[in-house]
This record gives sequence, structure tokens and C-alpha cells, in this order.
Amino acid sequence: MASLRLQHFATHHVGPLAVSVAAAECVCVEGASGSGKTLLLRAIADLDPHRGEAHCDDVACSAMPAPAWRRSVALVAAESQWWSDLVGDHFEHGVDAEWLARLDLPPAAMTWQVARCSTGERQRLALLRTLMHAPAVLLLDEPTGNLDERNTRRVESLLADYRLQRQAALLWVSHDKGQIGRVAQRHFVLDQGQLHECGRR
Amino acid sequence: MNVVSLSPFDLALAALLILALAGLSWRLRIGSERQLLISAARSTVQLVLIGLVLKLLFANAHPLWVGLLAVVMLAVAGREVMVRQKRRFVGGWGFAVGTLSMFVSSFAVTVLALLLVIGTDPWYAPQYAIPLLGMILGNTMNGISLGLDRLTQDAAEKRQIIESRLALGHDARRAIADSRREAIRVGMIPIVNAMSAAGIVSLPGMMTGQILAGTPPVEAVKYQILVMFLIAAGTGFGTMVAVGFAARRLFDERQRLRLDRLRPPGA
Repeated sequence: MASLRLQHFATHHVGPLAVSVAAAECVCVEGASGSGKTLLLRAIADLDPHRGEAHCDDVACSAMPAPAWRRSVALVAAESQWWSDLVGDHFEHGVDAEWLARLDLPPAAMTWQVARCSTGERQRLALLRTLMHAPAVLLLDEPTGNLDERNTRRVESLLADYRLQRQAALLWVSHDKGQIGRVAQRHFVLDQGQLHECGRR
Repeated sequence: MNVVSLSPFDLALAALLILALAGLSWRLRIGSERQLLISAARSTVQLVLIGLVLKLLFANAHPLWVGLLAVVMLAVAGREVMVRQKRRFVGGWGFAVGTLSMFVSSFAVTVLALLLVIGTDPWYAPQYAIPLLGMILGNTMNGISLGLDRLTQDAAEKRQIIESRLALGHDARRAIADSRREAIRVGMIPIVNAMSAAGIVSLPGMMTGQILAGTPPVEAVKYQILVMFLIAAGTGFGTMVAVGFAARRLFDERQRLRLDRLRPPGA
């Protein structure tokens, strides 16, 4: 069981805001470009200084060492980043073969050169790289931004199963109304630094 | 020892070469004649001054005066490291990172050499202490400024990669390890090159000076080897300390990459 709770949470551009994502819940955030969605996710992952407090499972961010917090509350950036030549070098604990297959990637993907992967392949691999750390909370910054319709659905379905099996909390930034309708239990618009909840389903 | 003493006239002849070079640079519109003349004038004034200071110092070898000159040399070297940075740390850190690391490495290596290797009496004897410190400091300064420059540039360029590693739960040390390693390697390139080429491609300046001043070549070579090793140790340890120190300073207590602690280039 994992939940994410923000209190008086504020960064330079966003907040102060209070919001929580329950275990096994997916909350979507949309907003115009520049509204601070990415900055909000970065601050929750404690990559940017912020005021207020974030709790994961009632443990405060400030009470945990930063790397441990970031393993539990994992940010998947919109643009994936790679520091080694081979894809496999980025997977310390190997990769779940079933997950690879569900994202339409062959087992040989681990031996691929990062430079030769397409943007979409990299995005799916970067998601798996984070999932292999088994985070309790996922902060997803447009995780299907570079994917076609089929692969978008694959990622959505994998994330839905992950959320239910691990009782993980998902905070998902998306531009796509259709996607928000498919994946979110609740959904907010970020505007003027504040989150406004849209009609509950 | 049969030293041919140089007269002001001899030096003026050499200065003509600089003037000719400046004239050519002006003629060809290369635009470096101003810098060339200013730096030539600067080095003349600085060297004459240090000659007078050393003359005074040799006459009164008091540890206080030796220490004072050492501190002045360190402060100037620290400033030089700072101004050579494209992205230096804001506030006092810009000066402190390089200066403290040079203090740790150059001073320790010089004192070690004076006490254990050369064994001068007294150990702070300025004829040995000041030239030795000067050579070690000058080279360490180069290594540190190259290393720091590379580290901060690399961190700024690889910001997204470093933050993505942090987001995967890597600690700050691990997230910046590649940049740190590369920066230390770059800082040590000049001294490694100098050691490899010594004697074949280049006759090091110190040895050449000693030979010109009448020291038997084998004695001069022994001192040159000593100085080379001391310089390599000072540069290597100094660069490691400075780069390590700076790599830590790039992150805050929550291990966030804080590029706002660097001045943007050109600011």
C-alpha cells in the first residue's frame, strides 16, 4: 500500500497546494505548456528545492535520505536520458522479460546500442528501467509522448497492472483527453500554480 | 661557477624580438599586440619585483617573511584559478575551492620535500622553499583550473543525465562520477605530457636555468627529476581534492544538482 500526500507544497512557480494520491490510484494532471507540470513533478521527486512537505506512506520526504526517497517516489522524465552506450548497462537488476514483451520489445533489447534506438523505444525502455526499482509512487511526465497509438495502449495497460498489483500511486501528466479518460480516477488542471479538480468519475 | 652576467643591454636585445613580434601582429591585424606587450611588461615588472623580494628574503630568512610570501603566492594563484573558470562558483566559493585545494596539495608537497627529501637547514630556507613552492603552485594551478573548468562545464552539459540518475535513486557521488573522473583526467594531462616529453622533446626550464647558471648537468637533472615528481604529486592530488570538493559543492544537502551555484558563462 502506497500513497502520496502533499501538504502546503510549493515551488517557485507552483502552489502552495495540497493533494493526495491514494494507493492504487491514478491521478492525471494537465495544463498549458509552461504551467509548471514538470516543475511540480521534479519538486515532488525532490530534484528541486521546495517548501511544504511530501509524504510517501506517511513517511515525510525530509525524513528520508534523498536517494531512498527518489527510489520510492520515482520520476520518469518526458525525455529519457542515457549515460552508457548499451541499453543493458542501465538495468542493474536486469529486466522483467514479461514486461519487455508487453511493451513490444524483444529480449535482445538489452544488448542494443542506445544511440540506435528510436525515441519511442527509448521512452519505453526508460519506463521499464524505473519500474525495475519497484517504486511505490510513480511521477510520470507524458510517458507516452513519443509513442504511437498501439504502444500508448501497451504502456497504459502495463502501468494499470503495475498500479493494481503493487498498489502503487500514479501521478500522470498528460495532454491527451482520451488518455486521461482511460487511465485516471481523478484529474486536475494546473493553472496559475494551482490544481483545480475536474469532475469526478 | 662561471655565470655570464646579463647586462640590461642584453635583455633589451631580447625585448626587441617581442617588439618585432608585436609590430608584425599589428601589421597583419592579428590583434594580439596589445596583450603581448602588456603581458611582457607585466612579466618584467613582476620578475624584477620578485627578484628584489627574494634578495631581501635571502638576507633575512625569517619564517614569518617566507610564510607571508607563500600566502601571497597562494592568493594570486587562487585568483588566477577563479578567473580562468568559464562557470565559476558564485560567492566566496569561486575563490575558496581552488585556493584551499592548492593550499592542501602544494604546501604539503613542498614542506614534505623540504623536510624529508632535500633536508635544508633551516627547513624553510627561502632559496629552496620559494622556488620549489612557486613551481609546484604554478603547475597545480594549471591542473586545478583545467579540472574545475571541465567539471562545471560537463555538469552543466549533462544536467539532464545527472538528474535522471538522481531520479533513479543514484546518490550524488555516483550521479556525477563520470564527470568527476573525466575532470581529474583532464587536469592531469599537462603534467603527464610534460613528464613523458621531458629531456627528449623539451629541456625543462628549471634544469635549463641551472645549467645556464653553471650547475653540472647531472646535478641539474637530479633536481629536475625531483621537481617533476613533486609537481606531478602536487598537481594530481590538488586536482583530485579540488574536483572532489567542487563535485560535492554542486549538490545540496538533499543531493539535488544545484547549477544555480555556478555563474552563467560570460556573466
